[in-house]
Amino acid sequence: MVEDELLKGKVGEVLDSYKGERKDLIPILQQMQASFGYLPRVAMIEVAKFLCIPGSSVFSVATFYNQFRLNPPGKHPIKVCLGTACHVKGGERILESWERELGIKVGETSKDLEFSLERVACVGCCAMAPVSVVDQAVQGKVTPTRVKGILLSFQLEKEKQE
Amino acid sequence: MTDHPSQIQTTFAEIQSKTEARASRDTGKVSILIGTATCGRAAGALEVVQTFTDELARQEIDAQVSQVGCMGHCYAEPMVIIQKPPYPPICYGYVTPGIALRLVEDFVLGDDPCLEFALGALEENELIPTVFELPRFKYDMRLILRNCGYIDPEDIGQYIQGGGYSGLAKALQMRPEGVIEEVKNSALRGRGGAGFPTGQKWDICCYAPGTPKYVICNADEGDPGAFMDRAIVESDPHSVLEGMIIAGYAIGASCGYIYVRAEYPLAVERLTIALRQAQAYGLLGDNIMGSGFNFSIELMQGSGAFVCGEETALIAALEGRRGMPRHRPPFPATQGLWGKPTSINNVKTLSYVALIITQGAEWYRGIGTEKSPGTAIFALAGKILNTGLVEVPMGTTLRQLIYEIGGGVPKGKRFKAVQIGGPSGGCLPESLLDTSIDFDSLSAAGAMMGSGGMVVLDEDNCMVDTARYFLDFTQKESCGKCTLCRLGTKQMLDILDDITRGEGRCEDIDLLIELAEDIKAGSLCGLGKTAPNPILTTIRYFRDEYEAHIIDKCCPAKVCQELVGYYILPEKCERSCDACVGSCPTEAVYTAKRGIKAIDQEKCVKCGSCVDACPPQYNAVVKISPKSLIPPSPPPKDG
Ligand SMILES: Cc1cc2nc3c(=O)[nH]c(=O)nc-3n(C[C@H](O)[C@H](O)[C@H](O)COP(=O)(O)O)c2cc1C
Ligand code: FES
Repeated sequence: MVEDELLKGKVGEVLDSYKGERKDLIPILQQMQASFGYLPRVAMIEVAKFLCIPGSSVFSVATFYNQFRLNPPGKHPIKVCLGTACHVKGGERILESWERELGIKVGETSKDLEFSLERVACVGCCAMAPVSVVDQAVQGKVTPTRVKGILLSFQLEKEKQE
Repeated sequence: MTDHPSQIQTTFAEIQSKTEARASRDTGKVSILIGTATCGRAAGALEVVQTFTDELARQEIDAQVSQVGCMGHCYAEPMVIIQKPPYPPICYGYVTPGIALRLVEDFVLGDDPCLEFALGALEENELIPTVFELPRFKYDMRLILRNCGYIDPEDIGQYIQGGGYSGLAKALQMRPEGVIEEVKNSALRGRGGAGFPTGQKWDICCYAPGTPKYVICNADEGDPGAFMDRAIVESDPHSVLEGMIIAGYAIGASCGYIYVRAEYPLAVERLTIALRQAQAYGLLGDNIMGSGFNFSIELMQGSGAFVCGEETALIAALEGRRGMPRHRPPFPATQGLWGKPTSINNVKTLSYVALIITQGAEWYRGIGTEKSPGTAIFALAGKILNTGLVEVPMGTTLRQLIYEIGGGVPKGKRFKAVQIGGPSGGCLPESLLDTSIDFDSLSAAGAMMGSGGMVVLDEDNCMVDTARYFLDFTQKESCGKCTLCRLGTKQMLDILDDITRGEGRCEDIDLLIELAEDIKAGSLCGLGKTAPNPILTTIRYFRDEYEAHIIDKCCPAKVCQELVGYYILPEKCERSCDACVGSCPTEAVYTAKRGIKAIDQEKCVKCGSCVDACPPQYNAVVKISPKSLIPPSPPPKDG
């Protein structure tokens, strides 16, 4: 497939900066995810070949760590904090609001690939709980109404562009 | 290595004078410091920075704007410090772009320090009250947070100006054994949770056979309610590097790794900058300050697994494998990274090292308690007024910390419990608030110093739900290696789920205790060994809440969704206001006879939107538990 070939090329670019030592596996996967947004199957197989280890070893590491995703994220990733402080301040209610407003469950990506929803455990801003991270920006003291507001601003932005 | 003390002194003096020359260029100017660590940014600090820079440029004022780290006063973010001689440095809280404009106009240009926005001055003076009169500042004893929020973490010069790297210069003039001896004498205990004596760890590592040796800084901070390691790394990264280099010199390592949580991108960025600068100043790399000692540090990002905070799992992750703990002994100090002797220490532990070297073990031992010298750092969060970071001498009581420093529970609510030490720690009730904060007293009470997360719970928090929350966390994060940890936590979680759903049985409490003991006994690493702590302490101190859930099907704090229902008090409902109807996402709220609003319990998803929507002057929506107490709903108006 053409797409796969293209991907392999890009994977090669990432791999060029490594020597091929086993200890580089996690940093390589991290860089892959930074470039592609997730870990495509083809890429993981290429990494295995590069490090001369079985594909299953790459896959086992990729599935062990929460950070790695095996499917593409939405254009705007949304991470809802469910750390202790956020839980105590009603983080679950906020997660439910996101789920309701976006019509997707946690761990899913919306059909139009605009949004994906994830839960995280503490982003280190407990004093601002409950916290959601929208497109890398930390949003503190989120309420169900703020959730609606944030989504509305995305929609307005999109309409303006069209 | 120690043959040239004078050479080291000269080289360090040269480095110091380089930074002084730079600093003197800036004296006399107005200097504005803005806290832009993650917490400040979440509160809008970057907009405040922008406003200051734009306005100063527009008015053509020659002032210096620096971005500093976190002072720990997260409740008052964004925070700004303005230094305008002859005024003392003044600290402002809750700064908005609007206030920033006023400060430029009235204080930087004019002569009005706008005291209405100030928290206080940072130095004794005759004009302005200092912040140290505020209880939140008064009890603070800042050893390792001393620089946080006061220096630009991206400028090594400011760290050196404040005495930074003089600990390293001094250590390099000592014999490595002397450095270990000093740390041993200080009785410094590791701040990663277990409180193991740091000097002893270094000693074991130093004399363990095998080369090369490694130093690892554990900055994984996985406790989902703690953020002090993040604050230190983001605000004062060089203090951690300095500690690491000294550790490397002491044990004879030439290479160190910092393992940082991936969720902390700013910490990674600032560490990268700090490493580059230390290298450029000859404080890292080959022949450091002409001592002949070589040391390099590499940065490795975690990938989101709580168990990787455990030292053997962390080492597995560094080696590129699944982060699963292994049996100890052998401890990493004898067989760690790639089987070589490795000293692994927490961020905070390493930050103390340089201070101990410069000020001496005696000085350090004079702070805190005999068995736990030094300070304790807590991240105050949850139902507490002054959230943020505090550093207090060990031996301070929980009551002082929560009421005097933390300002107590907001909104006049009643204090219920304080959760200390995260998923490995426990919940302590009001009756134990006079417990002294130190490693041993907290363990005796069933909690743990742990990571230093401290979450305050009030009457609106359910203890069974809190226990369930932590167990859900550890159950998800269990790496799956030990059967009892993997399956036992799942069993406990199922039982707690039943209880919170009102399906618990009387014998469940004893079953939980029994399972807890088995999991503790049958797990390899601290994750499993401590996972039952939150359950055991809540049963020990709040058994009545468990019983209310099981016997009366009632959640006293009205948290457990399955046991509560929402109800609109007809006598309080304003009738003509439709706020609740409009707010309901599932059309469960409807209008009954005479305009009174009511809730269809079948349709209600218990999101609480109607409670928020109901105007405070009516306050008509209430939660009721057990659900059997909810009066029947009236028929709809037209039905
Ligand atoms: C499940 C688990 C998680 C841990 N997480 C951390 C952590 O996030 N940060 C940390 O410094 N130590 C953590 N530790 C403790 C480390 O294993 C180790 O004891 C510590 O890094 C040693 O440093 P110290 O001597 O400076 O305390 C954890 C331990 C366990 C069992
Ligand atoms: S618990 Fe949510 S940011 Fe820490």
